[in-house]
Amino acid sequence: MKCDGIPSGCAISGMMSEEGKRIDGSAIIRSIACMHDRSNGLGGGFAAYGIYPRRRDMYAFHMMYDNAQAKENTEEFFYKYFNIDKDEAIPTRKQKGVANPPILWRYFLEVPVNKLESRSERDYVSNAVMKINSDIEGSYVASSGKNMGAFKGVGYPEDIGEFYKLEEYSAYIWTSHGRFPTNTPGWWGGAHPFTLLDWSVVHNGEISSYGINKRYLEMFGYKLELRTDTEVIAYLFDLLVRSHKLPVEKAVQALAATFWKDIDRMEPQQKKIATALRQVYGSALLNGPFSIIIGHNRGVIGLNDRIKLRPMTAARKDDMLYMASEESAIREIAPDLDEVWSPRAGTPVFGTLRPEVE
Amino acid sequence: MRINAKGMHYRPMNKMIRDAVASGEKEFVLDNIGGQRYIGAGLNENVTITVNGTPGNDMAAFMNGPKIIVNANGQDGIANTMNAGEIIIHGNVGDIIGYGMRGGKLYVKGDVGYRVGIHMKEYKDQVPVIIAGGTAGDFFGEYMAGGLMILLGMNGKNPLVGDYVGTGMHGGVMYIRGAVDPSHLGKEVSCFDLNEDDEKIIGRYLKEYCGYFGFDFNEVMSGKFTKLIPVSLRPYGNLYVY
Repeated sequence: MKCDGIPSGCAISGMMSEEGKRIDGSAIIRSIACMHDRSNGLGGGFAAYGIYPRRRDMYAFHMMYDNAQAKENTEEFFYKYFNIDKDEAIPTRKQKGVANPPILWRYFLEVPVNKLESRSERDYVSNAVMKINSDIEGSYVASSGKNMGAFKGVGYPEDIGEFYKLEEYSAYIWTSHGRFPTNTPGWWGGAHPFTLLDWSVVHNGEISSYGINKRYLEMFGYKLELRTDTEVIAYLFDLLVRSHKLPVEKAVQALAATFWKDIDRMEPQQKKIATALRQVYGSALLNGPFSIIIGHNRGVIGLNDRIKLRPMTAARKDDMLYMASEESAIREIAPDLDEVWSPRAGTPVFGTLRPEVE
Repeated sequence: MRINAKGMHYRPMNKMIRDAVASGEKEFVLDNIGGQRYIGAGLNENVTITVNGTPGNDMAAFMNGPKIIVNANGQDGIANTMNAGEIIIHGNVGDIIGYGMRGGKLYVKGDVGYRVGIHMKEYKDQVPVIIAGGTAGDFFGEYMAGGLMILLGMNGKNPLVGDYVGTGMHGGVMYIRGAVDPSHLGKEVSCFDLNEDDEKIIGRYLKEYCGYFGFDFNEVMSGKFTKLIPVSLRPYGNLYVY
């Protein structure tokens, strides 16, 4: 994959059925295509949840390889560390506007129990992702979660969606991204979403605290190899929610931290919590403009930076939650809405799969 | 002229409008609008454009004369550097509306987003006016250098206006129908009661505004307004002199 360093803003859109209804990929393509002019053809991508129900308990690795050697080296790694239930080419079609794709392959993997030692299964898989991205030349993990996948590349998002035949997948959560790279290169590995395990992130903006966040994450064994700021957001959610077991609301408060002037005016108990979060997670604070949609197996989280330097509109219709950079992108696929609102700065919007849905 | 904008890119659509304006067309109705940008941008003639559907960003940018009526919510950047004309929006709007606006009127029935009226300015009789019937996000009137903004809060939502009201404001005036939490005020503004002249000024605009949206003028005027004006015309005059 070429990473030529051309300095190359953005569009995001997401939709979720809280009842777990599976929807094919054509709607999310139409939504992100409505914001075509927010992108410049240097990156597009999608995350989809619920797409592999028959292998829902396996880790679905979507891989991007520069060449056959990278594929061979990675498969050797998989044989050594996993049981491979199935592997196949990720289906694609010839698509105008999508040129020179890497080798795109997916693997359904199980972790052999005897290899775990004292680690948790998810730590084991997360370590494997870091190893591949940093140690195997020309090999990159596009996604590694269960019953989900990322489909991304260089091109306009609607072309990338056609390229990957997303109309053939059914998901209860779709997120999407149209890229307009400004500070980091436009290359296949650098397209959004950024993922780890079940986490996926699409992001409009730039994380100016990237350096601090990166160094902080490296202390916990994360390796940041994708040359794009958004990568830190996926890993921070993994660290705070999965490893440190913070409630999602508190993780969000750590990332979009309460301003000290507002902490000063809080009730004593809240003040104590907010102060502790800032003290413990100072290096996890995300500075700079962002609007993001985080996907995970049980839902979505929409979030803006603390002074709302990037746009976000949210809407609901029956059990559907929509979030997008522009209202028109939502109306494109859901003209009649029960409720439309602009989330306030630093205030998360949650979409949650109903508890009875498996 | 009636245009069915379904699936149309903004470029050919706006060109159709410009060409028709050049050949004397005065009335436009745009149906099935879905995110097309720059509607009415840069137009200099006194034409009327009715928008059915959600218009895209930077609607009426650099606009100089037309009247635009939107029968839906608007998005971001409406009236960017607008010079003259009138915009009536029967819904809510997004962020940075009235950015650098230098004349004309922008009337919104519902809520307005963040950074409304950022760096609006005025010169002699060129005084831009923004009126919003609902609530506003943070940074209302940020770096405002001139013009007039009125915020009504008619839908009773809380808070009426967000944090950092008038941060960096050094010209113009805001009238907010209700109290503003002092901790939400920018350092550069102070609150005052209205005097008779203020009442006259807002009464004139609000009469017209209420006519468009069906609000009861007497009810609107019966609220207690707070007037916000800048403490200094040059808040940063000494910033670099030491």
